[in-house]
Amino acid sequence: MHIPDGYLSPATCAAAYAITAPFWYVAFKRVERLLHTRMVPLLAVFSAFSFVIMMFNLPLPGGTTGHAVGVAVAAIVLGPSASMVAISIALLIQAVFFGDGGITTYAANCFNMAVVGSLVAYWSYVLIAGQAALESPRRVVAAAIAGYLALNVAALLTAIEFGVQPLLFHDVAGTPLYAPYPLSIAIPAMMIGHLSIAGVAELAISGGLIAYLQRSNPELLACSMPSAAAARAKVANSTRRFWYGLAGLMLASPLGLLAAGTAWGEWGVDDFSSAEARHEMLQASGGIAPPEVVPSGLERLASVWSAPIPDYAPAFLHDLYVGYVVSAVMGAGLIVLLLLLISTLVGRKQSPEC
Amino acid sequence: MSPEAAAALRKPRRRHLAQRLAQGLLRAMDQAQASESLAAGDGWLQGLDPRSKLIGALALIVSVVLTHSLAVVVGLFALALLLAWRSQLLAAGVCQRLWLSVLLFSGTIALPALVLVPGRALWQLPLPGWAVSEQGLRSAALLIARAETSSTLALLLIVSTPWTHVLKAMRCLGAPLVLVAILGMTHRYLFVLAQTAAQLFEARRSRIVAPMNGAQQRALATSAAGVVLSKAFWLSNEVHLAMISRGYRGEVRLLDDFHAHARDWLALLGALSVPLLILWGER
Repeated sequence: MHIPDGYLSPATCAAAYAITAPFWYVAFKRVERLLHTRMVPLLAVFSAFSFVIMMFNLPLPGGTTGHAVGVAVAAIVLGPSASMVAISIALLIQAVFFGDGGITTYAANCFNMAVVGSLVAYWSYVLIAGQAALESPRRVVAAAIAGYLALNVAALLTAIEFGVQPLLFHDVAGTPLYAPYPLSIAIPAMMIGHLSIAGVAELAISGGLIAYLQRSNPELLACSMPSAAAARAKVANSTRRFWYGLAGLMLASPLGLLAAGTAWGEWGVDDFSSAEARHEMLQASGGIAPPEVVPSGLERLASVWSAPIPDYAPAFLHDLYVGYVVSAVMGAGLIVLLLLLISTLVGRKQSPEC
Repeated sequence: MSPEAAAALRKPRRRHLAQRLAQGLLRAMDQAQASESLAAGDGWLQGLDPRSKLIGALALIVSVVLTHSLAVVVGLFALALLLAWRSQLLAAGVCQRLWLSVLLFSGTIALPALVLVPGRALWQLPLPGWAVSEQGLRSAALLIARAETSSTLALLLIVSTPWTHVLKAMRCLGAPLVLVAILGMTHRYLFVLAQTAAQLFEARRSRIVAPMNGAQQRALATSAAGVVLSKAFWLSNEVHLAMISRGYRGEVRLLDDFHAHARDWLALLGALSVPLLILWGER
């Protein structure tokens, strides 16, 4: 996942530095304020630990091996800001001293692993662990999932950075000038290895380390366990932000109408007989012509289910934009209702044990 | 001899996980120490001012990424080779090890591009019938050449300059003082923790009498990581107390005592002119 020099264009590298710099600044200032004189030794030793942990190759089920980044452990034990700084420093030493990861791509590597990795790990851990006791097995599961998620989100970002290179940076003959594979190859190639091997290594080391700390040094886990009142306030705050964000997305949903054509692979039976739709399919599929007749499987299954609101356009509304917003509200509302129903059922089932 | 015993003898003995991990950590430490001794050598790069070397290496690495011409990347690689030869680094074998590992890594990534990148077909592969495209070949060559050249340039900086001098040069060039101090301490304690981990694995290996299965090996690696983590915290507390006892109050001071000579300025000028020439030539 450490991107070497030459895989990303100078423009991508510059953008990565510009995006990552504010995170570094804020994280550094926050850590400086919180730790003061303890900052230098703590970050130095923890960066060294992160570096050493990356050298541990774990045997994984299936006979393969993988190494962890330790981002979840850093985020859980130090908090997200200090984790961002510690992992960034470990990555800098790796890039400069051991040639693992590039110098021009350093900010991209930090953004993927140190910044996004730390944030994903910390928040997924806090959300899953909730108010469980420090010694609770739930915290081990939360750490393992946090490690797995953080590493895979970082890998996905890396794949996207690779995948946009041939789209944006190629010469007149079509030669990709940097990473050569488009998103359709970069994402599966990157994610298969990380979902199945590297992510499992991160899952094992994160869960295993938190289990070890629970037995030997549980006070180290207190950093990521806010007091009950603070946690409630945080949850209320994040829930409020979530609702605002959801409302914003619903209002912005008509933006989908600006996109030309249909989404790749979402063609209907009627599209095969429309010359305009066939032309769009041809263009979207890299010059491969769609079949002359509707595929029999598609024809057979297309009539199995008829959507009550096809194409996000309720029959009772004549305005396309309003129809989009109403569809977004209805869809989100149904999902929220379903989740409320599930949580009520699960809560009822669990209540006798509490 | 029973068939099982004969099969066991024929089967190559796999090293134990603890042994592999300990040896891997020790090898990394040996390589780092070898770089330090090379940096103290008497070569051309070793005699340059670290600030010129740092800026020059960065300028050349940026040049490698900036250019779209394979010939320019190959030219920069030749320059790196010349510098390595003049600095007696080729004989030490560090460059060769790096080239092999970069070739294996980038080669594995770049190889499928030969057939996956669409373009003018150059020739057909015999068995699967895939066509190697000109664009794919050029793209793979660019990727590998860039990775090899930029990693060689970074290596030349590190093996010709002691780490403390690299940090001082970073500070002279405006890197935050606290960052430089953390980097210096990280480098020092990296070896302390790596040695602790290696000793831990060695001690564990000496007490193993039967093969361990996958789950036991994972438990061993995880508990070792846990011990190293606990020791890291203990060490940070100890170091912090030691720093406080010596009067540390959050202010870091470094001694900057570099003196640039005419050839340092010339080397710097030469390195800085490369990206400018590339930008001008590829307008």
